[in-house]
Amino acid sequence: MESGNQIVEEPIIEVQGLLTKFDDHVIHENLDLSVKRGEVLGIVGGSGTGKSVLLRTILGLKSPDGGNIRVFGKDLEMLPEDERRAQERRWGVLFQEGALFSALTVAQNVQVAYREHLHMGQKLMDELAAVKIAMVGLRSGAADLFPSELSGGMKKRAGLARALALDPEILFLDEPTAGLDPIGAAAFDELITDLAHTLGLTVVMVTHDLDTLYATCDRIAVLAERRVILIGTIDDMLQSEHPWIREYFHGPRARAAFAGK
Amino acid sequence: MAEASGAQGPSGQGAAASYAVIDRVGGFTFRPAGDWSVTPILAIDDDLRAFVAAKPVGESAVFDMSALIRLDTAGAWLIDRTVASLEAQGVKVSYEGLKEGHKILLDKVGEGGVPKPTVPERSSLYVEVVGRIGAAVVAMGLETLTFVEFLGHVLATIWRSIRHPSRFRLTPLVHHMEKAGFDALPLVCLLTFLIGAVIAQQGATQLRRFGADVFTVNLIAIIFLREVGILLTAIIVAGRSGSAFTAEIGSMKMREEIDAMRTLGLDPMDMLVVPRVLALLFTMPLLAFIGDIMGLIGGGVVAVMQLNMSPAVYIERLRAAADFWTFGVGLLKAPFMAIVIALVGCRAGLDVTGSAESVGTQTTSSVVRSIFLVIILDAIFAMFFTAVGI
Ligand SMILES: Nc1ncnc2c1ncn2[C@@H]1O[C@H](COP(=O)(O)OP(=O)(O)OP(=O)(O)O)[C@@H](O)[C@H]1O
Ligand SMILES: [Mg+2]
Repeated sequence: MESGNQIVEEPIIEVQGLLTKFDDHVIHENLDLSVKRGEVLGIVGGSGTGKSVLLRTILGLKSPDGGNIRVFGKDLEMLPEDERRAQERRWGVLFQEGALFSALTVAQNVQVAYREHLHMGQKLMDELAAVKIAMVGLRSGAADLFPSELSGGMKKRAGLARALALDPEILFLDEPTAGLDPIGAAAFDELITDLAHTLGLTVVMVTHDLDTLYATCDRIAVLAERRVILIGTIDDMLQSEHPWIREYFHGPRARAAFAGK
Repeated sequence: MAEASGAQGPSGQGAAASYAVIDRVGGFTFRPAGDWSVTPILAIDDDLRAFVAAKPVGESAVFDMSALIRLDTAGAWLIDRTVASLEAQGVKVSYEGLKEGHKILLDKVGEGGVPKPTVPERSSLYVEVVGRIGAAVVAMGLETLTFVEFLGHVLATIWRSIRHPSRFRLTPLVHHMEKAGFDALPLVCLLTFLIGAVIAQQGATQLRRFGADVFTVNLIAIIFLREVGILLTAIIVAGRSGSAFTAEIGSMKMREEIDAMRTLGLDPMDMLVVPRVLALLFTMPLLAFIGDIMGLIGGGVVAVMQLNMSPAVYIERLRAAADFWTFGVGLLKAPFMAIVIALVGCRAGLDVTGSAESVGTQTTSSVVRSIFLVIILDAIFAMFFTAVGI
């Protein structure tokens, strides 16, 4: 894997004909999505259209009711337990609410993967945790705080530090910049872009933040009517005639975000 | 000249991490090679620390990065750490063959600076022991104070509900009466019945030696009605409902639901605490009453079967052994114990802090504390009743 943001045309995630439902409530039907290795993909859609559920399904936290999902070319449902675990180590996830372990400090949250998977020595763990914590823009004093002592934005950053612990190949982010101040959000965008470029990281992020979409995403997938109705670049979005997409990308907020870019 | 190499990581990505140090005029060249990502670097971390700690001689070091195949933030940290330590020793460091992507990574990792290890302060054993005892005493004093304050607060809220009945929440009260009272019935009945039978059986065996086995009935009546019935009920209620109060209120506290209530102008005291306290206050005497009866029935079954007493005789003897006050003394304690259990349970719930662990700790301590207080209360009542002669 070389540096530079070369997008290889081989899908790292492939979702075909996905059906998900809760009892009779169908969330996705016939949903197709393919994510290329090395790209930053943004997923947009109205509240409650099932963006979080889609992420959870790709991650194997909810099993699909139909269709199939292949990540790294393998169907998670079919994998034996140990291969499945190995696969899970190759991605990092930032949940919408952070989902930090409340009984552990921020540093310990980051170190969980080192301790459990790599049996790393305490000294190196402390150093690497401090590096990650500094990288996501938390001050070093935050390392010894418990999640309940953090602000909403700090929880997000701590969650990202934990997701990045093992330098994963795919990073899933659920609304990473929600709750961050604009300066922090911009730094976050820059961080994601840098990581994607230097580590060859593939990023799948759900976001409502138009600035983030513009600044970081190579492609955008629009979720509506229970499926991905359009996937493409910002320009594709701007040219689409679909009413929801028009409203989203031509609304007053969008105009402000894209002004001058 | 030094060399080190690490084994291939279990994930099997790429080659192993290794490095070579080559002497050069005026210094040395440091050449990392292979896959410097988080798993492979584990094998060379110690070597690298030892290399730096040995203070390699030379005025300048060249980091030749051309042989590096892969680098992630963990590997970048190792290189950055090595460079920083060398520079601190007065060695000038320069890079050679550094790829653009690797440079960005090194910059990113370097931004945070070298973390200072936090060493927890350790004091002597003597200071530690005295300190802990002191802290425990102070904590106990504060706890008593806050408990009394909480009691006052609850009583004030109840008084306010009496004066403004519209503030009173009937639905949660009935709900908790059902959960804490009615649903506890089977357990209370079963346990008091069994303990009643056991006491009768043991008492009869001992008293028979003196030929006094008819007094078994007195034993059951006094011991069960005055002490065991109510204590057993209180312990069951503390374990069942006190713990549930703590866990329910505690997890609401953890998810900021209680704060949300306050911002909506709802008083958690009205909504959560008072209904629970009143529910126990109303149902505990009833539970204790039913427990007493079941205990007497349990004792009666043994008396009938083991002492060949007819049920009518058993009841007749019960009447002779216990007057109204024997019964009353036991039941009089019920409301007090109910208040203690409910207050301790609710208070512990409100004391929960952010973590899931603290819900567990508070639940445990709520049960332990309320059983402890119930037994203390029982002892105080015993002294009181002896003093007033009933
Ligand atoms: N555990 C669940 N049980 C039943 N229904 C659920 C569950 N989780 C989600 N849903 C439903 O699935 C739908 C999609 O939810 P989801 O959380 O994915 O929305 P979203 O697109 O992420 O919205 P937002 O932008 O607000 O986060 C919603 O209608 C929700 O009610
Ligand atoms: Mg969501």
